[in-house]
Amino acid sequence: MKSLGSIRRAFAPWNDPNAKPYIQFENVTKKFGDFTAVNNLSLTIFEREFFALLGASGCGKSTLLRMLAGFEEPTAGRIMLDGQDLRGIPPYRRPVNMMFQSYALFPHMSVEKNIAFGLKQEGMPSADIQKRVAEMLRLVKLEQFAKRKPHQLSGGQRQRVALARSVAKRPKVLLLDEPLGALDKKLREETQFELMDLQQELGLTFVVVTHDQEEAMTMADRIAIMDKGEVMQVATPAEIYEAPTSRFVAHFVGNVNMFEGKVADRTAGTARITGASGAQIVVDNGDAKPGSDIVFAIRPEKIKVSSKKPAEGVNALEGEVYDIAYLGDMTVYHVKLDDGQIVRASALNAARISEDPLTWNDRAWVSFRPDAGVVLTR
Amino acid sequence: MSDIAATASAAPPVDVSASLPARLAKGFVGRLVIIVPYLWLLFFFLVPFVIVFKISLSQSAISMPPYTPVLDFSSGWSGFVGKLKQLSFDNYLWLTQDALYFKAYLSSVVIAGISTILTLLVGYPIAYGMARAPATIRPTLLMLVILPFWTSFLIRVYAWIGILKPEGLLNQLLLSLHVISEPLVILNTYTAIFIGIVYSYLPFMVLPLYSSLEKMDYSLIEAAKDLGCPPTSAFWKITFPLSLPGVIAGCLLVFIPAVGEFVIPDLLGGSQTLMIGRTLWNEFFSNRDWPVSSAVAVILLLLLIVPIMIFQQAQARAQEQGK
Repeated sequence: MKSLGSIRRAFAPWNDPNAKPYIQFENVTKKFGDFTAVNNLSLTIFEREFFALLGASGCGKSTLLRMLAGFEEPTAGRIMLDGQDLRGIPPYRRPVNMMFQSYALFPHMSVEKNIAFGLKQEGMPSADIQKRVAEMLRLVKLEQFAKRKPHQLSGGQRQRVALARSVAKRPKVLLLDEPLGALDKKLREETQFELMDLQQELGLTFVVVTHDQEEAMTMADRIAIMDKGEVMQVATPAEIYEAPTSRFVAHFVGNVNMFEGKVADRTAGTARITGASGAQIVVDNGDAKPGSDIVFAIRPEKIKVSSKKPAEGVNALEGEVYDIAYLGDMTVYHVKLDDGQIVRASALNAARISEDPLTWNDRAWVSFRPDAGVVLTR
Repeated sequence: MSDIAATASAAPPVDVSASLPARLAKGFVGRLVIIVPYLWLLFFFLVPFVIVFKISLSQSAISMPPYTPVLDFSSGWSGFVGKLKQLSFDNYLWLTQDALYFKAYLSSVVIAGISTILTLLVGYPIAYGMARAPATIRPTLLMLVILPFWTSFLIRVYAWIGILKPEGLLNQLLLSLHVISEPLVILNTYTAIFIGIVYSYLPFMVLPLYSSLEKMDYSLIEAAKDLGCPPTSAFWKITFPLSLPGVIAGCLLVFIPAVGEFVIPDLLGGSQTLMIGRTLWNEFFSNRDWPVSSAVAVILLLLLIVPIMIFQQAQARAQEQGK
């Protein structure tokens, strides 16, 4: 069985035509004065999904989250949650909770009072509150910090208090606004896995906003890539990376090489592309029309660099080694092709001893299979 | 005071490599900065207070100055000690014997207390509105709060006479609108004193409140709402507790000068109002009894300084716990 990327996912309601959508944005538009933050956007999120909204700052991802929380109302369109239209429902009556980017912990309350705050609002009996708070403290491993005030905690501890407070009420959906943004790199990586475990354990639906692609790729079941208030692509991390549908998405996530050219001819599912300089490559493609302008996007690690011309059957282009970066686990080559284009290729250093070492200004061949990249028309 | 001491001990470590004279000079400059405010307090607060305190222990006399003994060294050390022995606490005893003083203190504290609460009630919404206003117009609003200070305080209080008197602007307006048929008697009542104090001291309430409300992170309110708290309840559970330092500072800034207020009760409150500021003025200028009026002033100072010290202690303890 073949699939994109290296993960086989058991949980994939988005592929099931009978799956009931949990959160639906239907043609949602949000304007602030003249500025359109979210433009006629439609999106479906399923129950128990870990969904990431990924984009640069100002792309409308936070506005989307705030509309779900109830802090902003859509200018047009509607948002449905579990079959209920959320229009007009104030934030304090919505079955969603948010973890704020600044954590927004109440500075005058202890850790346990912070966590109990939402439960008290609900009118939960105090014995139950105590039990739930203790459970939450155990979940985020902060038992011995219950009586501390937020300013007596480290950044990572505060983040966990914010998390415990936002899941204490067992919301239908947990919204996370840049949940790991304020943590240092090492702690961020640890916390990513903790968040995933927590989501599994509680069985909640998570919607996370982030600008960090690695974070989104690690944690999310599906990612929505956003740009200028619109969704560019919604797919699993593997699909986003291996099968981007537009130049924007291909560029936004990871590194990519773009070969531009015209479709010369087609045979049995492959197309021959002629570049501006006359170099030709053969790529897998179902429906590119001969004569149309297209872009072939290929990731650096799918390109092989060698000093000798590779065997027939693959695309091979000649050039000169322009730059080499040795990163330990892999080596990145920049090869300047004879037509002037610089190709980025990376090789995993799977063996300690290289059979074909290259150096600066060596003549070299870059090669790749026809199915190693995707043809983009947008 | 303890703050200053703490700052001094937390001064940057002295550069060990520097020569000894250089280090001494550096330490001296550092001390000088602290010494200046202390000297100021010594000469302009502590010395005058000691003088007033000494006068309060003297006896009234028809002379120049109007009390005895006058301390000097003209008759040598033994003469000085002899004069010191003439000092007594008789004036303080006198204050406890005449109910007038007790009533004046009490009514001053009550009037100042009520005025402070009224100022808080008026000032809080103003400060809240300013803090929530768009950032671009906040400086303008702040300017408007400070603007009355550009006119003399006395003139502004006089202006209130013109507004509040029976044939004044307020009564004319209400009569012409047929809200009332008889002119209201406001001037020369306690109501007029409250209006005057609230009006005059409003900026002292609004400014500290504004500064504590303005720096509050609005996402805290959003977080409270997100956790199921309706707006009114979010105000009482989050906004108000977090603005308490501003509330306390504002209340002290209004209450303390209001207790000793003299001009407002004199101009707006009429002759029958009993406040300690007036009593003090009468003792000094009508009765020319400097010792008794000094005793009144010393008691007033103690009356105000004790709650402030208790408050500061409590705050220091809270800060210590917070660390």
